Amino acid sequence: MSLKKVALAGAVAGLMGSTAFAADCGPSGKSVRILGSDFPAIQAVAGAAEANCAANAGEFTINLRDNTRDMMNQALTPNPAEYTSVIVANSTLTQLMNDDLVRPLDEYVAKYGQHLKPSQLITIGGKVMAVAFMANSQHLYSRTDILEQAGVEGIPATVEEIVAAAEKIRAAGIMEHPIVMNMKVGWNVGEIFNLFFFANGGELFKPGSAEPNVNSPEGIAALGTIKSLLEYSHPDHLSHASNETQGLWEAGKAAMAVMWGSRGGAVLDDEGSSDEVTSNTVLSAAPTAGGGSTPAATLWWDGVTVAKNIPDEDAEATFAALVSGLTSDLMEEHNDKAIWLIDGFQAGPAAAGVSATAAAGAKPYPMIPFINLMHNALGSELVDFYKGDESAEDALADVEAAYRTAAKEAGFLQ
Amino acid sequence: MKHRTFFWFILPTLSAMVLFIALPIVSVFIQSLFVQHEQVLVVSESCGPFGCVEETQVDTEATAKLREERPLGQFNGLATYFDRSHLASAEIAEVWRTSTGLPSFIDGIMDLKFYKALVFTLTYTFVVTPLVLIFGLAVAVGVNNLPKAFRGVAIFISLLPFLVATIVGSMILSWMVDGEGIIGATLQNIFNDPSLSIKASTPLMWIMLMVYGVWHTLPFAFITFYAGLQTVPQDTLEAARVDGANKWQTMISVVVPHLMPLVSFVTLMLLMDNFRVFEPLVSFQAEAHAQSLSTFIVSDLREAGNPLYASAGATSMLTILGVVILLTPVLIRTWRDFNAKVH
Repeated sequence: MSLKKVALAGAVAGLMGSTAFAADCGPSGKSVRILGSDFPAIQAVAGAAEANCAANAGEFTINLRDNTRDMMNQALTPNPAEYTSVIVANSTLTQLMNDDLVRPLDEYVAKYGQHLKPSQLITIGGKVMAVAFMANSQHLYSRTDILEQAGVEGIPATVEEIVAAAEKIRAAGIMEHPIVMNMKVGWNVGEIFNLFFFANGGELFKPGSAEPNVNSPEGIAALGTIKSLLEYSHPDHLSHASNETQGLWEAGKAAMAVMWGSRGGAVLDDEGSSDEVTSNTVLSAAPTAGGGSTPAATLWWDGVTVAKNIPDEDAEATFAALVSGLTSDLMEEHNDKAIWLIDGFQAGPAAAGVSATAAAGAKPYPMIPFINLMHNALGSELVDFYKGDESAEDALADVEAAYRTAAKEAGFLQ
Repeated sequence: MKHRTFFWFILPTLSAMVLFIALPIVSVFIQSLFVQHEQVLVVSESCGPFGCVEETQVDTEATAKLREERPLGQFNGLATYFDRSHLASAEIAEVWRTSTGLPSFIDGIMDLKFYKALVFTLTYTFVVTPLVLIFGLAVAVGVNNLPKAFRGVAIFISLLPFLVATIVGSMILSWMVDGEGIIGATLQNIFNDPSLSIKASTPLMWIMLMVYGVWHTLPFAFITFYAGLQTVPQDTLEAARVDGANKWQTMISVVVPHLMPLVSFVTLMLLMDNFRVFEPLVSFQAEAHAQSLSTFIVSDLREAGNPLYASAGATSMLTILGVVILLTPVLIRTWRDFNAKVH
């Protein structure tokens, strides 16, 4: 532990009573092997675990990379598994639980997790399956200087206001395509549909079953909402994911964007953009649509799990190491890297959008075993509609047919 | 060669081929005949930072028991091959029944992803392959006619597109034609149309992909033909010249027939590679406009999270079948030539 950390820990000890556990790394000489996505908040969490507990462990490795979801099931299937912990989000926890690859954490939480808030515990069927440490969601980014220049008052709160503002910006000749959003074919197209489907009051599945429910008035309304935004978005939108939209934003080529909250820190920092852009960028709640009150967003959390197919003592050491990092000194050091769920978090400007979206009642991304199949069907079958080759009804009927085919193969439908 | 000697000679190669080619194909085929067990689902309460909801989960114990009894899954026969993601027999019958004429029938078929991908893949294969053959030969002849001093440099430059990794080459080009890239933005300026975008238009995207395909594989054809040109018999060339044939006539009547075996070889390789077109589609982010059977396999195995092995297996088998059908005419031709030479 560095001197700074010791000092911080001492300062916080009186308030939190948690630091006694921060140094408790569980059984010594065990193997801790962490897999996670590569972004700043996870680097911070894994780094803190390593700093606290690497000396106590026999082996301590961290592998942070892109597209972990493509290989995490394969990595955890053998016994012993390739990693002792995977850092997951809502959808990837479902993916691991579908194949029974993670273990319940209740006994470890009782032993090492007194400093965790109850809301950080992801409990499924009464068992703790993951410990969340940060939240994320999509929300609105606006350029106040451009809105002002076009004569728009305040920050738009609904899709209709965004479209009206975009029309004013276009009419004033400031920008031809003022809106950007992540519309890359595949996962992103599916996710954008989810946002506006939920905002229009839709449910993806018929209650209590795996039967699809997207070819509905809410589905058609959602597609109409999205199309109205695409009128004003960059012509290449079907190839834009987070890196492209963030790039356009930082280059000052957009006035309103629906982007991830986790990009907020990177957009507002002093790298990759001009002062004109960063000082006028405001993060606010995701818009509502069609007169509803639910924001067009899905709420996500990121959290730690422990693999099932590993020795019990490795599992205990892994859990102890990871939660030892989830303390307020981690947060103080990395405040702007995430919307932390850790006790005592103060939301800065980079977290304002996610906080406002969650407060306005956005829905969490569903943790249903067949959600990935629906998400993929949406991501591939809606493209014809966005390209203008197909009607909304036909596209949604195609989604349902494609989902049924996959769900039958996966054993969810007969 | 005695049969016995030949057998021992070929044995190492043969066993490697069985082990690394034949067995995996058989295993993929078997996998494509099975689908997952019926999932046992339970509804339970799940809680997290955003509150509690009733949600369905897989009953993993019950499902594990089913899996232990029959590890391959439920036998599904060839049904996966005929489902909507593949040959889509039921959907085609439905389209046939409801269509009002040829255009509406084609429209209906093009709504099925397998056929949409097949149309792109075949167009790509049959445009790129002949162009690469023709341009490859032209470049080879051109380089061969250069003064000796320049040939080394010319060969090096002509090989460059092949040396650049596919994913890197197509990524660079993809950034250039992007609406914000140097080519894309210049086009918008020239035509004064800010909505003009190569990535947003299906025909432009197809042309882009094919141009890239020709650019990238041209050096392979070039270097093969260039090597072949070094073996053209000088006597025959001289005889042609004495008979009064001009350069073009010599080319058609002497050089090309001499290179024919190489043309067959290059055609075989190009057909196989082009039918499995994959990397350019990924790096051009062209999924909205062009898909191939290979991109389906990847999305079944990776994007589904919990992989759809049957679907990926069926697509793989259909890809192999497609390659076999494409190669058959070339193989028959080679076989005939071979027999003609032997007898």
